Amino acid sequence: MTALAGTGSLIRLALRRDRWLLPIWLLLFIVIVQSSASAWGALYDTPEERASIIGQIGTNPTFKALYGVNYGDSADALFAWRYGATIGVFVALMSLLIVTRHTRAEEESGRLELVSAGVVGRLAPLTSSLIVVYGANIVLAAAVTGILTGAGFEGAGSLAFGLGLALSGILFATIAGLTSQVTESARFANALAGIVLGATYLLRALGDTSEGVGWLSWFSPTGWSARLKPFAGEQWWVAGLFLGVTLVFGVVAYVLNLRRDFGAGLVAPKPGPARASASLSTPLALAWRLQRGLLYGWIAGFVFLGAIFGGVANGINDIFGSNPEMEEVIRKLGQGTLVEVYMDLVMGMVALIASVYSIQAALRLRSEETGLLAEPVLATAVGRVKWAVSHLVFAVLGPALLLLVGGTVMGLIYGLAIDDVSGQVGTSVRSSLVQLPAVWVLTGFALLLFGFLPRLIAAAWAALVVFVLLGQLGPILELSQGAMDVSPFTHIPRTGGEAFTATPLIWLVGISVVLCAAGLYGFRRRDLATAG
Amino acid sequence: MDTAISVSGVHKRFGRTHALDGLDLSVATGEVHGFLGPNGAGKSTTIRVLLGLLRADSGTATLLGGDPWRDATTLHRRLAYVSGDVTLWPGLSGGEIIDLLGRLRGGLNKKRRDELVERFELDPRKKARTYSKGNRQKVGLIAALASDVELLLLDEPTSGLDPLMEAIFQDCIKEESQSGRTVLLSSHILAEVESLCDRVSIIRNGKTVETGTLSELRHLTRTSIAAELASAPTGLESLSGVHDLAVDGNNVKFEVDTHELDAALKAVTSFGVRSLTSQPPTLEELFLRHYEDELNGGRTA
Repeated sequence: MTALAGTGSLIRLALRRDRWLLPIWLLLFIVIVQSSASAWGALYDTPEERASIIGQIGTNPTFKALYGVNYGDSADALFAWRYGATIGVFVALMSLLIVTRHTRAEEESGRLELVSAGVVGRLAPLTSSLIVVYGANIVLAAAVTGILTGAGFEGAGSLAFGLGLALSGILFATIAGLTSQVTESARFANALAGIVLGATYLLRALGDTSEGVGWLSWFSPTGWSARLKPFAGEQWWVAGLFLGVTLVFGVVAYVLNLRRDFGAGLVAPKPGPARASASLSTPLALAWRLQRGLLYGWIAGFVFLGAIFGGVANGINDIFGSNPEMEEVIRKLGQGTLVEVYMDLVMGMVALIASVYSIQAALRLRSEETGLLAEPVLATAVGRVKWAVSHLVFAVLGPALLLLVGGTVMGLIYGLAIDDVSGQVGTSVRSSLVQLPAVWVLTGFALLLFGFLPRLIAAAWAALVVFVLLGQLGPILELSQGAMDVSPFTHIPRTGGEAFTATPLIWLVGISVVLCAAGLYGFRRRDLATAG
Repeated sequence: MDTAISVSGVHKRFGRTHALDGLDLSVATGEVHGFLGPNGAGKSTTIRVLLGLLRADSGTATLLGGDPWRDATTLHRRLAYVSGDVTLWPGLSGGEIIDLLGRLRGGLNKKRRDELVERFELDPRKKARTYSKGNRQKVGLIAALASDVELLLLDEPTSGLDPLMEAIFQDCIKEESQSGRTVLLSSHILAEVESLCDRVSIIRNGKTVETGTLSELRHLTRTSIAAELASAPTGLESLSGVHDLAVDGNNVKFEVDTHELDAALKAVTSFGVRSLTSQPPTLEELFLRHYEDELNGGRTA
């Protein structure tokens, strides 16, 4: 079939382009499954501990919303409940991003046009990217099955668990294959597929938490993995449901692909204004146009995060109070009441997530520069510092806004549950905003790299990963204080105890200011990237 | 101020690549100056040094009386730049980008902007993501030409434009020149250079190899002569400035350096001329001679 000509070559091209990306994604999932599987048995090895968590799932709707309904009461089944939905979402996310990257993104950039002028059929780009991502998911399923069986989990259940992850990935890869036909821009194609993923997650959350509309979960692929019932009398026919729906989306994607023009989508982009509004006349206004979409998305995410963590806070004493091992782990992390420790702990995590946004916003500087979009601005009367600061504003004030939103929502939800809104919002906002200086150190580090080692700017992500690992594993592994002190997040004082001190915060702010200033100084002195 | 741009002995290295190797360039105020050279010769690097986007390793560069690196921001109010591959923010419309870039430069002439949008037949409502290469260039050109500036730095600005738009571009530059603006125009389109430029500089491997008016440059190259004579010619090979001499009976063909043309023709006519064709040097030949010959590395005129 000539429409498929060149598929083999395109598969090799995709594997060559993703020779790091794909293995890193897969390795990440394998490490997560491996480490959580090996820790799981010890946490819930007695029937009492299991009964307590199952009771919680029954009474606390946040758990059902977040992780779904549990089937079976074995430790294995609880593992599948706890990790199936969350890992599944990320597998789906990986799959849809990679498919768009090799289809619509290539088409939008114009590179695919060059490729398509060769002996490459119309359907080859879509087919090859689907084959690559399907293959990656099959490899993942095999690896996960192997790991779980090796860790002592039951064989059939391990296969069902691995299959649930892979089938989510395969389905959303196909959905991305479809959205890539619909829109002209890759960003929009990703957003559409992401919205489908988010919507089906919410649909399942709704179905799983409300008795009356339980059937809703059956309309959501994110609920199907759980309904394969790993370790709880596997329902293999659910795999057929996955495959059937995948087939339907696939056929639609192929039909659209055959019918449409190269470069075109189904949804024509709307025209913009013929003139710029009066406000679009400063570098900051331009930065706002470029950064606002990202910021809106993150604000929505933080509302969601705050709601989830606020909801869980209410049940925290019941869950961990009855599990001495878990309580011991938490106790090592701070002082105060269990809920206060939990708040500080959660805010530490939320702050790390806000750092992801901050680094993203700061890295826009570099992507504007290498995309040769800084050049036209800097060739006008806009100075380098002014331009850099226009984006830096988002990297600095953005996380402040996010933490404020997250803290407020969390305090609101928990406050509503215990009838203390005014008090809880205050405490929760305080414990979220106190994290800001640590976030800013990372922002400053990203800017320092931008000024002096722009090619290595991705090292800002590496720093974040190191801080995450130190924060999450340090206390459990009982690392030395010297090692822990490397992370600015270690220095954030606990707001729960009585010994709150602002000194480390002043230090952290000082360090961030110095890093930012140095970064701007370096950027003023260096050459601008000129290669496209 | 007589000199708008003055560059002397500028060096710029990128790692092992010697992009600019002692480059000299002088552009008088009010002239349209052609900036020529093969791909990779250092034209864009020079313009980026002049814009203060790159810092010269050594040598001096003066732009509108200021230092392009130190005084970048103030100088940029007085100039406009169009690159050979205009990049635009995909989510903004062409009209928004034109206005934005103009305002960032310190204001743009609204009447002129509307006039240019019409002349270049640009649809300013389209999102930049959907523009073709030629339309992206138009956005960059309109943003630059609609500003009231003293100097235009144009780096292959018409790449991707169709011939009609190319003609409109040339008209615009002639108008700009008449109103006293200085233009530095890097281009590979020789017809464009010939019709617009007062003077040209040719650079190769980061060095200036030739500067002058087009007629001055023409003098540096050869005219080809083909003639049928009354008798077989002799002694032509000993004339200075004669190259590639081919004698076939009474027919003769050769090339001669333009400044030796007179002496060569006198020698030829002494054998009795029955027919004669003379081809003046074309610009193409002139440039090819400068662009080629990587081995010698020096001037070959």
